[in-house]
Amino acid sequence: MLNNSIRLDYRIILEHVEPSSSVLDLGCGTGDLLSLLVREKNIKAQGIEIDDKAIFECVEKGVGVFHDDIDTGLPEYGDKSFDTVILHQSIQQVKRPDKVLKEALRVGRKVIVGIPNFAYIKARFQIFFTGKVPVTPSLPYEWHNTPNLHFLSLVDFVEYCKKQNIRIESACFLGKKRKVHIFPNLLAEVGIFVLADDKQSENTNIITR
Amino acid sequence: MEKSIVNTKQINRKKHQEDSFTVKTQYYTFASPPDELELESGRKLGPITLAYETYGRLNKQKSNAILILHALTGDAHAAGIHEEDGQTGWWDNMIGPGKAFDTEKYFIICSNVLGGCKGSTGPASINPRTGKPYGLEFPLITVKDMVNAQRCLIDHLEINKLLAVAGGSMGGMQALQWVVSYPERVCSVIPVATTITHSPQQIAFNEVGRQAIMADPNWNDGDYYGKDLPAKGLSVARMVGHITYMSDVSMNEKFGRRFKNEKKPFKFSPEFEVEGYLQYRGDNFISRFDPNSYLYITKAIDYFDLANGNGLYAVLKGIKAPFLVISFKSDWLYPPYQSQEIARACKLAGIEATYCELNSNYGHDAFLVEVDEQTHMIRHFLKKVSHSNKVSEEYAE
Repeated sequence: MLNNSIRLDYRIILEHVEPSSSVLDLGCGTGDLLSLLVREKNIKAQGIEIDDKAIFECVEKGVGVFHDDIDTGLPEYGDKSFDTVILHQSIQQVKRPDKVLKEALRVGRKVIVGIPNFAYIKARFQIFFTGKVPVTPSLPYEWHNTPNLHFLSLVDFVEYCKKQNIRIESACFLGKKRKVHIFPNLLAEVGIFVLADDKQSENTNIITR
Repeated sequence: MEKSIVNTKQINRKKHQEDSFTVKTQYYTFASPPDELELESGRKLGPITLAYETYGRLNKQKSNAILILHALTGDAHAAGIHEEDGQTGWWDNMIGPGKAFDTEKYFIICSNVLGGCKGSTGPASINPRTGKPYGLEFPLITVKDMVNAQRCLIDHLEINKLLAVAGGSMGGMQALQWVVSYPERVCSVIPVATTITHSPQQIAFNEVGRQAIMADPNWNDGDYYGKDLPAKGLSVARMVGHITYMSDVSMNEKFGRRFKNEKKPFKFSPEFEVEGYLQYRGDNFISRFDPNSYLYITKAIDYFDLANGNGLYAVLKGIKAPFLVISFKSDWLYPPYQSQEIARACKLAGIEATYCELNSNYGHDAFLVEVDEQTHMIRHFLKKVSHSNKVSEEYAE
């Protein structure tokens, strides 16, 4: 049984990672997720991170990490060289999410993507009533200091996958403390998608507004 | 994070003042005829003496030994205070109790390279066949030969497997050669500010140095022992070297356009501080370095080509030892792209690796002076390697 003190989004990702498999975390930050996966699932971990201060923390946690830009840092890896590639809270921060996602799908047998939902109800309210760019727990930055370059909703992401023939194997939507089962694009702060690139367009209506 | 680095800084400084241990250099002689060491060139060399120092204690299982490899003009005296001349080791800020290479935990070995002039066999040593210094009779040596000689020393110390091989610049090349030559005898690799092969720019700077030495009339085709030394040639070589070790920013900070104090009539004597510094460094070098060694060793690193024309990942394939690769942003002699090549090859070869480009203004010298970040990376890396190799802290009585 997993410890409930573990962040909900991490718990969901843990469920989708096979024990003793190989995992590449693109934009691994301070290595919290990878070191958790090492501890709980005994995975072979590799991270890529652009911030050197974050790398120091990865090394402290014993996580192997490359100082590199994921916008350019994948061509060395062979096709399907990792069991799982993770893009958690990082795809909205890269210059070319389309390219990075395509590369992630090439390198990984499975790709787990976690995105902050720009269409979350509080964000909608803030734009509507205050006329300001929303600041929410999953989008905690102000316009002038945000590392996020792209703003997307869960529906945007699903539509993109459909267009690109990327199959969404499963999706999980998270609110503050629990999973969201109805109207995720309105009520969820974060969406976690498990993707496979098998050119089958089976994206059924996972999301309703 | 900021805070923890500051803390390490304070601890390091404090430690540095407290722990000045005295050390002495030891010597190991081997490969006496007829069992000479066969060099990569096919020539045989022997007997060979390696000067080496050790710090810390070897544990019962002999599993906590780390081999430190020195750069172009380094020597076996890596840490502590030398009992004879009172000199501090060249990587003393990184090796010692509580430091990156913690002598409370690890047994550290550092030896002067084959071809060197600080106690190991090199061109200034006596050729047993003639009874005179080798000079240019000394065979061409390579980084691989340096490593093979070190392997004999490690055998002599009865250490089967090194917990880590680590070094900066030419030391990094040796570390890389170690894991490629003896993958079963290395648990981890720490190449710092180094490359798998010299670029034309690096060869070019070395060639200027060599030409300066050989242009000195005292050089006399390498036969100058007991006569006037090619001091001026070596001095110019060293001056060029020093320029390449610094960066535009660090030179600006250190010297600016400041003038030296004394005013002399204009005769092209050093006026700017930077000129004085380079001349001082160059002129002092003859007292501690043999010009022929400089020729041989620079040639060895120019020839170094770890991948040998193949893809590096193919050479690294099958290696189990994790890598910690470090480069420095302002290092233009061994630019970060060369370390990235190593990191990329690790990715392709499926080697567990960490690569970090550290922020520093010190140029290539950074690997000797940027202590805090390197300490943080290396300490934690070694901790993990010790853990996964089950290194015990049991010591023989």
